[in-house]
Parts: sequence; C-alpha cells; structure tokens
Amino acid sequence: MGFQAWRAMVRKDLLLFFTDRRAVIMSFAAPIAIASFFGFIFSGSQNTEKARVPIRVVDQDGSVISKAIVQGLSADKTLEVSGGTVEESREAVRRGKTTVAIVVPAGFGDAAGQAFFGGAAKPQLELLYDPSHGTELAMVRGILTEHVMQAVSAEMFGGDQGRRLTQQSLEQLKSPGAMADGDRRALAEMLGAVNRWYERDQASPAPGASPALRGGLAMPYAVHEEAITVRTGVPYNGFAHSFAGMGVQFLLFACIDLGIGMLLERQQGLWKRLRAAPLSRGLLLAGKGTSGALIALMSLGATFAFGMAVFRIRIEGSGIAFVAVCVATAVMASSFGLLIAALGKTPQATRGVAILAVLLMVMLGGAWVPSFVFPAWLQKVTLVVPARWAVDGLDATTWRGASLVATLPTIGVLLAFASLFGALAVARFRWEE
Amino acid sequence: MPPVLDARSLRKSFGAITAVADVSFTVDPGELVGLLGPNGAGKSTTVGMIAGIVAPDAGEVRINGQALQGDTDPAKAAIGLVPQDLALFDELPARENLRFFGSLYGLTGAKLDATIASGLEFVGLADRAADKVKTFSGGMKRRLNLAAGLLHDPQLVLLDEPTVGIDPQSRNAIFDNLEALRSRGKSIVYTTHYMEEAERLCDRIVIVDHGKVIANDTVRGLYGLLPASRRLSVELRGEAQADKGLADATRALPAVASAEIADGVLTVALDDLAAGAPGVLSLLQQRGIAYDHVVSERGDLETVFLALTGRTLRD
Repeated sequence: MGFQAWRAMVRKDLLLFFTDRRAVIMSFAAPIAIASFFGFIFSGSQNTEKARVPIRVVDQDGSVISKAIVQGLSADKTLEVSGGTVEESREAVRRGKTTVAIVVPAGFGDAAGQAFFGGAAKPQLELLYDPSHGTELAMVRGILTEHVMQAVSAEMFGGDQGRRLTQQSLEQLKSPGAMADGDRRALAEMLGAVNRWYERDQASPAPGASPALRGGLAMPYAVHEEAITVRTGVPYNGFAHSFAGMGVQFLLFACIDLGIGMLLERQQGLWKRLRAAPLSRGLLLAGKGTSGALIALMSLGATFAFGMAVFRIRIEGSGIAFVAVCVATAVMASSFGLLIAALGKTPQATRGVAILAVLLMVMLGGAWVPSFVFPAWLQKVTLVVPARWAVDGLDATTWRGASLVATLPTIGVLLAFASLFGALAVARFRWEE
Repeated sequence: MPPVLDARSLRKSFGAITAVADVSFTVDPGELVGLLGPNGAGKSTTVGMIAGIVAPDAGEVRINGQALQGDTDPAKAAIGLVPQDLALFDELPARENLRFFGSLYGLTGAKLDATIASGLEFVGLADRAADKVKTFSGGMKRRLNLAAGLLHDPQLVLLDEPTVGIDPQSRNAIFDNLEALRSRGKSIVYTTHYMEEAERLCDRIVIVDHGKVIANDTVRGLYGLLPASRRLSVELRGEAQADKGLADATRALPAVASAEIADGVLTVALDDLAAGAPGVLSLLQQRGIAYDHVVSERGDLETVFLALTGRTLRD
C-alpha cells in the first residue's frame, strides 16, 4: 500500500503542477528567458562587438604633444572619444552620457616635456568621472598613461618641441640650482647626447633610424592571451554559467511553490484526509519530496536542454557527473521546499519570507554573477549556501570539464544539505492542527 | 460483538487550552450517532482523535475492539473521514480526486475505477466526473467530499459538519446518502451543531460541551431529561401584560411544570398538553385576559441543551 500511495501522491502533484500555467511558465520559460538575457550581457559572446567607453577630451593646449594624446586616445578601440568644452564635458558626465572627461590644460605639452627628465614640476591632467563607473575610470586611466607617455617621449626624442625643450633644459643646467652638482653634470651629459642624436638625425634622416624611438616610448612587451578551458580550441561559453545560475534560482522558486502548496493543502484540510489513511508520516513527506524533486529536475533539465540547443552549452566534463549534480540539486531544493512547509505558518506570510531567502541564497550562491568575483572573505562565507555548490557543480561539469571523481565532493555537499533540510522538516512539521 | 467504535476517556489539550476534557461513547454496527454541541465544544478534536490524526493525551480509541495504534495501523482503513473542510483538489477533475484518495488506501486498477464510478453515482455526480472541482457548486463539493471518504468502503464513517454552507437541496441529498449508508450497515458518527439535523438523522445523540459528554441517549431519551416535554405560548394583549399574578396562578394549575411572562408572551411548560392546556386557557378566561395567538410546541434538543447547560447551542 505504501508504494501505491507514494506513487499516487507523486502523480497527483505532477498533475496539479502541469495544470497550473503560472507554475509551468515560472519553472520552464522564465529561467530560459532570464538566463538568455544574462548570458548575452555577461558571456562576452564571441561575435558581439564590445561596447566602447564614451569619453570626452578637452584639448586646451593645442600643442603637438596634446594633439598626439588626443589622436592616440581616438585610435584606441576600447574608447569612443568626443570633444567639447569643459562645461559641456562636465554636464555630459553629470548626466551619465560620458564616463570620463579628460581636460588637457594650456601649456601641458611644454610642462610635460620639461618634467619628462624629472627636473620640472609635473603638469596636471584633469579627469572628470562618473562615480558609478569606477572600473571604466581605472581602464581609462591606464590607457591615458600609455598615450601620454608615448606622445611626450616621441616628441622629446625626435620632435621640434622636444629639441627646443632639450636645448632650453641644457641652458638651465648651466646655472646652479636646486640640483646637486653631480646630478646636474650627469643630466647635462644625457641631454647633450640627446641633442647630438637630434643633430645626427637631422644630418642623415630616415634610414637606420629607430622607428620605436621615433614613435615614442612604447609598451616594452606584447601579450598573448589564452582562455584556459577544458581543452584547447574549446571556447568559454558564458551562457553555461547564466543557465546554471538561473536554473538553480528557478528550481528553488519551484520548491517554494511546493512548500506553499503544502501549507495551502493543510489550510484546506487535505492533510487531515492524508493523515487519516494508514500511512506513515515519512511516506507522506517522501511523496511530497519526490514530486518536488521531479519538478525541480524537469525545470533544470528543460533549462539546460534549451541552453544546449540554442546557445551551444556543452557538458565538457562527465555526463554522469552533470546528471548527478542535477539530481542532487533537485533533491536539495525539494527538501528546502519541505522545510518551508515545516517552518511556515500561513501560506501568505511564508511566501514573502521564502522568496527573500531564495533571492539571498542565489545571490550569495553566485547565480547572478560568478562567486569568484566576490571578495575572498565572502567566497568563504558563501560555502554555507547550498546554491553556491549547485552553481559551482553545474559550472564544473559544463564548461570547466570536471570529471565524476572531481565532482563527488560537490554532490556530497548538496546531498548533505538535502539531508539537513529533510531532517529539520521532519522534526518541525506540524502534524496536528 | 464489540462496538465498531469505542472511544474511552479521550482527552486532548493544545497548550493551555483543553479542547477535549473527557469524552467517552460507543457506536454499534449500523448505528448513526450524532455528536452535538456548540462551536468549540471539542467535536472536531474528538473526531480527529478517532480518525487517528490527533494523538490523545489520555484515553484510547478502539475499532472493533482493537486499540488504534500509530499512523500505519491497518485498523485505520476501517475508518472513513469526511472532514469539515472541503478537502479536495480544486484544479483536478472529480474523478482524479477520487483516484488519488482511493489510491491512498491501496485501491488500484479496475477495482479503483469501479469504486470511483459507484462513488460518483452514489453522490449524484457521475455526469460531472471529468469536470474540475473548481467548477462545482458548494453543495456538489460537499457531496464529492463525502464520496472521497467512502471510497475504501469503511465500516465507520466520521462526518464532521458535512452540511455547512450548502443549499437545502444538497443537504437533503446528503441526508439521503447517510440513510443509504446506514441501511448498508455502516456505522456513522455525525458531528453537527444543527439540532434539527441531529433529531432527524441520529439513532443516538452524544451532547458535548466544554470538551465533556453531558448527555448520551436517543432523542426520546434526551427529551425525558426535560422538566416538561411540551410548551404552550400565549401572546397576550396589551392590558393583560400588567397582570402580575397571572404567572403564579398558572404555575398552580395541574400538569404545569413552569410558567413565565416575557415580552408579552406567557410561556407554559407542560408534561401533558391535553391535560394542561385547557386549564391554562380557562384561567385566562376566568381572569378576563384577552390574547391574540396560541402556539403549542414540542420540546427540542435546543431546549434539552438549555436545560442541561443553561445556554443555547448557538451561544
């Protein structure tokens, strides 16, 4: 009789689930839609052109150096450069139209040239920035440094402005100043050599001249970037993470419905009828838990099936491990639903608290953004969040290509969470009303 | 032969509240016993303990002489519970509801199908088998609620306020169902706070108040607890209401148990209507008292409850 009753409970819950259009949409369509959106935003889709950072450059100097800086920035593929006045730029930043505005003040070229060899005071570049775009500010600062160094050094080692400034500096060194005698002699020798370089360059131009030096100081290294994925030639698919995250989020939502459904059934007196049958309490909860796990598994399966068909998510690791992680996640989510039913009093009051708990769980679990972007301390704290293990497990078996053995600890932890939630649910479930 | 149900000294508290203090009664085969009492008297908790869904703090429930023990006691299959709530899945068709509840008792296959069909036929819902419960009227839901408790052919049927909130037609249909069940030899416990239902249906009535049994007898036996079995009410004309000595004079008449005047109505309790009524009317004539309306009534369970507790059932 026990198996018969268990099967009837599961069948009934599945029938009820599939007759509830809202529940079906929430469990199947919603995770796919939101995961697709997050995937597009965060995946860095290989074929999509990346957005450029909008900046403004106000050149109040108009020198060779400042023009070279503007030219360098404009040629940079990560920036979208426009001009304007200081006031226009300030307003554009304030309104969020421009992320950073760079003001090159009058006299910057000369002052930068003089400061290049360390003698004179450094001129200031003014950066007006949108405080909500800290990451972009850091990026623009780095790019600006590169182009300023390139423009100033190019001019100082080959341009007319550089020659003039070198001769001016040599003249200044003839009179005693703040610099120590030894330093002054050494600098005079270096500038003298630079000056002789200019004269030689003028006497026999072009052939044999160093192009690197004519172009100014360049980055003294090149970078070869390689995304380390499971195998060479297998690109990272960011949709894998977004589908894992949203899949976990919405199966937890589905299990909130399981818990709330149990509270509603209790409110309607249905549990009296269930309890009147000669069935154990464990069997009654197991029936509920099984149907919840099946619904969760179907939701996760459908989400990943869509991701695999449309966004080419692939299980690069063990297929068995992937299925095992899905099953363990579904069982964990289902027992979480039972816990909601055990701790909740009324359906209305419980729903809000449960949604908040799930949102916190998936946020801390890295379902929205990967947990590796969290601060180190938070990454440690989130180890107590079951959603973190579920998302990491799905990430591991998809794009990271983890084996079954490597995934076993994750599966074990998920099942441990399921056992904990289940035990608490059995202990706290209110059987008498 | 032991009674089908033997509830012995049942007691149940929820925190500081004692829902059932001391309830004992039996139900014999084919007997329909009413559990009558006001709201909060402890009827539903008593039914819960009998059904095995509420664990008693003290006392025991015996089904066919065997003490009910634990959730999985097979003896629970002899009990069919029809809860006060409409314990049905609104989004499922009537047939699927019954299929589920039948499966809980191990019914399968053709036997389950046949049971479902006869259950729907029994409550007059065969033509609505495929319709979702949410499309049913309140009365139809009540009838399906009844059918769901009978699928496994229980020997004892527990009905907790089965007619709450339904139309007279559905109520009568349920009464017909209960009489049919009794004729099949089923034992029935019927909780209600509607005295007319208890009077009409029950072979025996257990009156419960504040968690205790205060009376347990047939309807006739309960009437025997009244100081008088008949009541005569005389609606007096305006000036007659000022006759201060009328109530005392009436009480002095033979066969009169009590008499009082309230709101212009003289109410007289009589042991024998034929012996007492002529004397009351003669007294009124002798004193020159005019009246507009005379009504005689039999005592009812309301009167019995009032006599036993000093309160009405609906207090």
